[in-house]
Amino acid sequence: MTRDITRRRLLRSTFKGAAVSLSMPLLDILLNDNGKAFADTGLEIPVRFGTWHWGCGMNPDRWVPESTGANWEMTPELEVLAAYRQHFSLFSGYTAPLDGRANEPHISAVWSLRTGYAPTNKEDLPDPSFDALIARAVGGGVRFRSLDMAATGGHTDSYSSAGAGAVAVPELTPLSLYTRLFGPGFRDPNSATFEPGPDIILRHSVLSAFGDERAALMRQVGAADRQKLDAYFTSVREMENQLALQLKEPAPALACTVPSGAPAESRPSTDIEVVTESHKLMVDLTVMALLCHQTKVFNMVFSPSASTLRKPGSADTHHILTHQEAVDANLGYQPESTWFAQKSLEGFAYLMKQLAAAKEGDSTLLDNTLVYAHSDTSFAKMHSLDELPVIIAGRAGGRFKTGLHIREEGAPVTKTALTAMHAMNVRAGSFGKGSLEVSQSISDVLA
Amino acid sequence: MATFKILECKSATTPRAWFAYLLLVVVVFLGNQAAMASTGHDDIVSLRRLTQEQYRQTIADIFGDDIEISARLEPDPRREGLIAIGTAQASVSASGFEQYDAAARQIAEQVTDLAHRELLIGCKPVNTQAADDRCARTFFSRAGRFLYRRALNEAELERFVGIARKGAKVGKDFYWGLSLSLSAMLETAPFLFRVERATWQGDGYRLDDYSTASRISFLIWNAPPDEALLSAAENGSLRTDNGLHREIDRLLASPRYEKGVRAFFNDMLALDDLLALQKDPTIYPRYSAKLASDAREQTLRTIVDTLLRRDQDYRAVFTTRHTFFSRALGFLYSEPVTSPSGWEARELAAGDPRAGILAQPAFLMAHSHPGRSSPTLRGKALRELILCQSVPAPPPNVDFALVQNVSDPNFATARQRLTAHNTEPMCVACHKLMDPLGLPLESFDGAAGMRMTENGAEIDLSGSLHNQSFIGAAGLGATLAKDGAAASCLINRLYSYGAGRAPEQQDSERIDAIYEQYAERGFNLTKLLRTIALSREFYSPPPVEISADQVAIQQGDKS
Repeated sequence: MTRDITRRRLLRSTFKGAAVSLSMPLLDILLNDNGKAFADTGLEIPVRFGTWHWGCGMNPDRWVPESTGANWEMTPELEVLAAYRQHFSLFSGYTAPLDGRANEPHISAVWSLRTGYAPTNKEDLPDPSFDALIARAVGGGVRFRSLDMAATGGHTDSYSSAGAGAVAVPELTPLSLYTRLFGPGFRDPNSATFEPGPDIILRHSVLSAFGDERAALMRQVGAADRQKLDAYFTSVREMENQLALQLKEPAPALACTVPSGAPAESRPSTDIEVVTESHKLMVDLTVMALLCHQTKVFNMVFSPSASTLRKPGSADTHHILTHQEAVDANLGYQPESTWFAQKSLEGFAYLMKQLAAAKEGDSTLLDNTLVYAHSDTSFAKMHSLDELPVIIAGRAGGRFKTGLHIREEGAPVTKTALTAMHAMNVRAGSFGKGSLEVSQSISDVLA
Repeated sequence: MATFKILECKSATTPRAWFAYLLLVVVVFLGNQAAMASTGHDDIVSLRRLTQEQYRQTIADIFGDDIEISARLEPDPRREGLIAIGTAQASVSASGFEQYDAAARQIAEQVTDLAHRELLIGCKPVNTQAADDRCARTFFSRAGRFLYRRALNEAELERFVGIARKGAKVGKDFYWGLSLSLSAMLETAPFLFRVERATWQGDGYRLDDYSTASRISFLIWNAPPDEALLSAAENGSLRTDNGLHREIDRLLASPRYEKGVRAFFNDMLALDDLLALQKDPTIYPRYSAKLASDAREQTLRTIVDTLLRRDQDYRAVFTTRHTFFSRALGFLYSEPVTSPSGWEARELAAGDPRAGILAQPAFLMAHSHPGRSSPTLRGKALRELILCQSVPAPPPNVDFALVQNVSDPNFATARQRLTAHNTEPMCVACHKLMDPLGLPLESFDGAAGMRMTENGAEIDLSGSLHNQSFIGAAGLGATLAKDGAAASCLINRLYSYGAGRAPEQQDSERIDAIYEQYAERGFNLTKLLRTIALSREFYSPPPVEISADQVAIQQGDKS
């Protein structure tokens, strides 16, 4: 859980046997949103944030460069990203210490990294993920505080949590993402006419009054229900903000081009060719959503932690392969599993390519974005918690340095998350619990 | 476990002053003293988000099943084995609220449109182009009582009448205002969540009358209370043994009970997973999304047939030869289905290995890999879903190299591969819980196709459960049909499903007692449900945990 130095309320409670420090209710933070300047003035270019996850890791000895700093040598498994090496920094050696808790395969590392708390199972997620904390801080002033997507189409394929087990519900197909972004409720920021209908005005005023109920209800419920109500009223507030934006003349978004039509309806599939295609369409829509000021934060899951990717005609998923496939004696690695990991990373290369291709004034969208890419393990066969792969791309509007390889053997992986928060200008004093708690970010990459 | 319980917070030193203050705060807040008389002494002990099915059923019950809801609703989360528990822990996400918003507006537009308003509004405005508080009030007090599953208090009623008034003035249309206000009501917490309130009675909580009514109707019908049940809550008759008996028996006798039974087993057996199931089409060309959804329907029909039509012991679902085929299923079973309705009742021949719900494609397909059967996944599902036992996750450094290596002729069958895998001591401990229950089902591939061999080798179908050995799916079904754990699991799940939480100590004692009560007589679903719905413990929720900062807030309220 983040410690907000200035506004933290030091109230400790025992909840379900675990010590938890309850920070301010989500809604109170949102009420003091500092993300509005942009929508009002239209002058500043906003800094955006994204996460990108692929399942089942990589092979550390083919991934990690020997040298650190700016002149790190290209390695076989990073080659797929070589064209963008000046647009990202690489982090190696980081680990997820579990303080004696069992390593729950495909759960422990990914959630330790995201929330700073090592869960005992996937129902044990008390704290918000760092991407959600970033979204709270910088995600306001646009229609959607964050966009969650799963290219593999599983409705539980998500690693973003608002806390108290409230894991984000992802969009599963390009069409559903398109409809949410550019369907009813979308207003072209560059449209010549601006005239909010009376229904928007009224619906906004009706929703504004919803908060009046909150205090009375809050007093009558126990701790767990209180967190739930808080999340519910936060969602009401998000909707209210969406309507409020529709009442204001939008700031022009010069780089915004509204997609000309909806993508075809598709059924989610774990077939890697279908996933790759869905991912491309979702990335393209995300880029437009960022340029058209519909959102500033996104979470993309290319494949879930126990990767469900498969090739047509094969009985084995990527995850199954990581366990069953023999290490090829000549190659020194598992060729099929590695093929899936590499195909996944091609997806990340595509994301960087599209962000870099989108111009915003003198800079590119990638320059004004920070994308945190990671997996749930390093060597998947053993569900390793060491050498967790982390890549952070984009320059966060000049606050993040790219092109570097940073290596800290055995340091908690939460340090990379805190660094991302600081690069996004989020005032977090510390992040994580137990051995995952960190209070220092990696200064070498912060400008 | 150190927890703050409301019990402590309410001990002798504080309660009256605390309540008096709370009452005052809320009364001042709402500006209406009368509104608080009925609810001020209650605490909210749980908030249970409506499932997608409950949401749709509620709208159909109140406004008719021709009201369309095309919006996707928030997915139902599963916790501790049940969606009924998951929805008691879930909130509403930002994207979920957008979906509720879209659904609410779509519903409200239809309810107030020309085709429906006459029937559904129940009154006419003096002037359709102006506000009409009287008619709006009539509508919201009636519809609101069903939507909130309780009567609205005066402040709530005034709020919705007020929104309708404002909308009518702005839009110069009474129905437009009504629609605006109804869609707002459909987005409020008391509609989206089943708010369970309870009264502290010195030694524990007791659900209030309305919450009791909702528990009964969602347990038996998976739907909100109807007029008669709400009236029984309001006139106090649910507090009497006779009144409670009468209502429970009325609900169990209703045709709507069947929907409730389907909803329960859909939850217990995780059948909704079939709606998102994927299989590799090159390996299983017969598989389709339609086959998966028909398989789900087949299992539900079989359960309803066995437990309601034939009124048998619950465990007969594991052996019944009565089944139902759609066209897609007929193809899988090589039994042509010609009836125009698409569904035909069939009786399998004695000894047919496909008897019982575990040998049906729903179970077999859902608990397999996309391109391969899995005795381990099937065994695990059986332990968890049917026997209420949990199987630990595999250790992180496990080596699966042999399990799926089908190219080695020494490991042609899953049993051979698992036997080799289980020479590892760290694997065998858990696999012996799962594999002996899944291996007897190996005569069915990952898409439920029948087979005698795997990779050319004959399949050994022997298995065991609780030291009972048997052969094949039929042997597994027959063993489960006598198994105590399967029956006890049903009672556990029914109870948790109704209560929205895993059993605590007092509940477990009650569950054990119910098991003993029926052990000799057979486990008849309807009788079990009736016994649970009649037990006092079922309406006595445990104290809720409150956090230290909440105590601080409450103390702040008092100061």
